[in-house]
Amino acid sequence: MSGAPTAIYLDHQATTPVDPRVLDAMLPWFSETFGNAHSEQHAWGRQAAVAVDVAREQVARLIGAEAREIVFTSGATESNNLAIKGATRFALRHGRGRHIVTLASEHKCVLEACAAMEDEDVEVSVLPVGADGLVDPRSIAEAIREDTALVTVMAVNNEIGVVQPLAEIGEICRDHGVLFHTDAAQASGKIALDVEGMKIDLLSISGHKVYAPKGIGALYVRRRPRARLLAEISGGGQERGMRSGTLPVPLVVALGEAADVARDGLAREGEKLTALRARMLSRLQDSLDGVFVNGSMERRVPGNLNIGFTGVNAEALMAEMPELAISTGSACTSASVEPSYVLKALGMNDEDAGASVRIGFGRFTTGNEVDAAAEMIIRAVQEQRAGNSARAAE
Amino acid sequence: MDIYLDHNATTPVLPQVASAMADALARTGNPSSVHRFGRLVRRSVDESREAVAALAGVSAANVVFTSGGSEANNLALRGFADRVFVSAVEHASVLDAVTDADIIPVDADGVVDLAALEDMLAGLNGAAVVSVMLANNETGVIQPVAKIADAVHAAGALFHCDAIQAAGKRPVDLRELGADLMSLSAHKIGGPQGVGALVMRDGQDPEPLIRGGGQERRRRAGTENVPGIVGFGVAARQIQETANSYSAKLAGLRDEMERRLLAAAPDALIHGGGAERLANTSCIGLPGVSGEIQVMTLDLAGVAVSAGSACSSGKVTPSHVLSAMGLDDDAARNAIRVSLGADTKADHIDRFVDVWSDMARRRDTGAHSRRSVA
Repeated sequence: MSGAPTAIYLDHQATTPVDPRVLDAMLPWFSETFGNAHSEQHAWGRQAAVAVDVAREQVARLIGAEAREIVFTSGATESNNLAIKGATRFALRHGRGRHIVTLASEHKCVLEACAAMEDEDVEVSVLPVGADGLVDPRSIAEAIREDTALVTVMAVNNEIGVVQPLAEIGEICRDHGVLFHTDAAQASGKIALDVEGMKIDLLSISGHKVYAPKGIGALYVRRRPRARLLAEISGGGQERGMRSGTLPVPLVVALGEAADVARDGLAREGEKLTALRARMLSRLQDSLDGVFVNGSMERRVPGNLNIGFTGVNAEALMAEMPELAISTGSACTSASVEPSYVLKALGMNDEDAGASVRIGFGRFTTGNEVDAAAEMIIRAVQEQRAGNSARAAE
Repeated sequence: MDIYLDHNATTPVLPQVASAMADALARTGNPSSVHRFGRLVRRSVDESREAVAALAGVSAANVVFTSGGSEANNLALRGFADRVFVSAVEHASVLDAVTDADIIPVDADGVVDLAALEDMLAGLNGAAVVSVMLANNETGVIQPVAKIADAVHAAGALFHCDAIQAAGKRPVDLRELGADLMSLSAHKIGGPQGVGALVMRDGQDPEPLIRGGGQERRRRAGTENVPGIVGFGVAARQIQETANSYSAKLAGLRDEMERRLLAAAPDALIHGGGAERLANTSCIGLPGVSGEIQVMTLDLAGVAVSAGSACSSGKVTPSHVLSAMGLDDDAARNAIRVSLGADTKADHIDRFVDVWSDMARRRDTGAHSRRSVA
């Protein structure tokens, strides 16, 4: 990265670098073989349309879906909005329910999309999660009512990385005849997902969390039994009427390639990231007291560590380490000084939540970077704690 | 694949855009992140916002980046008022943004009927948005937006102008147009697909379509498409510099092309030809030969044009634009759109005219089926 050669990037839940293989696949589509994929009457358009078809197949394969069940969007935020508002509005229009079940620890855009539906006379049940960040599937079964249209539960939490029990939730939803949507922005390409086995009806995918560029995402929409939506963006009727607008061919190609790369390396990459995380955790625990991990360590995506240092102010800690990119909370809310609502949902107090950081490891992270980052964190925590004791002694 | 005359569907990205995007794609960072990776990419988004704002003559705070023109149009029509009026020749993303819009009629050239609009707006009660495009994507016909803006404002409504096809080909200054809201798309001006903008007058704020994080001042959630926005910014700067020479060069090529087509087939029709048009667009009707056959024949000869707009080009229904201009189904089906670009050369036009004229000749000698293919 220009201007910051020594900086270390450990914020892969905020965004990932574009994989060189992905970049190579997408670049020709900007100028060499450009075309509007909907202009199928001429060669330029057909070539673009074929590239889109291939990418659709690649994305589908990542989650065990069929190509025609994939709707390309501008990103996971749009996918989540389309799934939640689109499915609920369809249910409203056809008298098939006016109730949504979701979790307190969902991504902001899921919670806001649900809240927007309250303006349209929909009720939303926001379920708590345990101290480990996981939802008890039985509480979902209990929350489902006669008029429940949709259950939306994220696959992997963006702050603490915990993996929700998707298959159990899917089973419950199918038994009750309720649509099951999962925000898999942090999960797709990181853990194995299977929309059949997990009985998922709608699933949101993000490009820039899986080493594709920003500005592209997808929504899986089940065909059998069919999940139905009202479109959020109307017009030319692209994406089978569910999402109008010219498809960004280079970005679509990139997402397809990123899906393939992730699928091929899923197990290998998982092992690598798990090892890097263990290395970081043991370095920190060996040198520091009062280190605590937020959320279940067992049921967690390999690249995530959310960790607190008792008595430390995480914002000040990060300011002490300009060469290290980590975060407090999610990127969308990182400008806010409020403690993370996700950590609060785990039952943590403000002090511990405010003492926690998210460390996100990625495909190109090296052991040396982890060691250097651990050193920085250890030094910064020690200095802050020393300063705190000195002030307390005055 | 030699000659591309479908620039209203999409344009290749400009070389400067491609290199700026390559740089942006090599940078990691989420613009919402507070660390330096985040701040660096945030700066590139801010610079592009300035460039798009300059193109539209608004302040940077009044630019909302979207995933493209369709989203910008949907946001404009659904984000400000429940009551919506749209012209009959609007793009599908305007026509279909709401299900209960009132339709403003157009004349035989596709120009909005001002008297009809005034009648429709008389006695208007409460907030409303009136949407009329600056230039039509199929015919290139320019609307009298200043007069339309006056009528709209006299009725106390907001005026939205879809300037997606006009940008880069004519000035698109929001205030000069008299618009309150205006849609732009990057991939029609040499920028990338997947990014657009809704620009607004001071004090206008839409109800968001996409909710979530606080991006775009809470008017459009979702991590910004940074490389796309960077490309959009470079394209916006570029077209401001070349807008003047663009029209002068292309109008000459286009007019000469039409003259030769009419010489080859005197019964051919230039739809919208009686109105002021974009310099690059020609909508040509060849009686007796369906647009689909024309496009296919040209495609086989290595020339890309389209029948109607790209989004609806898979459909077999005749163009709603031409129907609104009073053409019957047959006449509407027999039209093709030829749209030139900044890189179009005289010999590209020669090749197109040759293939098309040959097709017209074969029609006259009966070598072509006279029946339109549905």
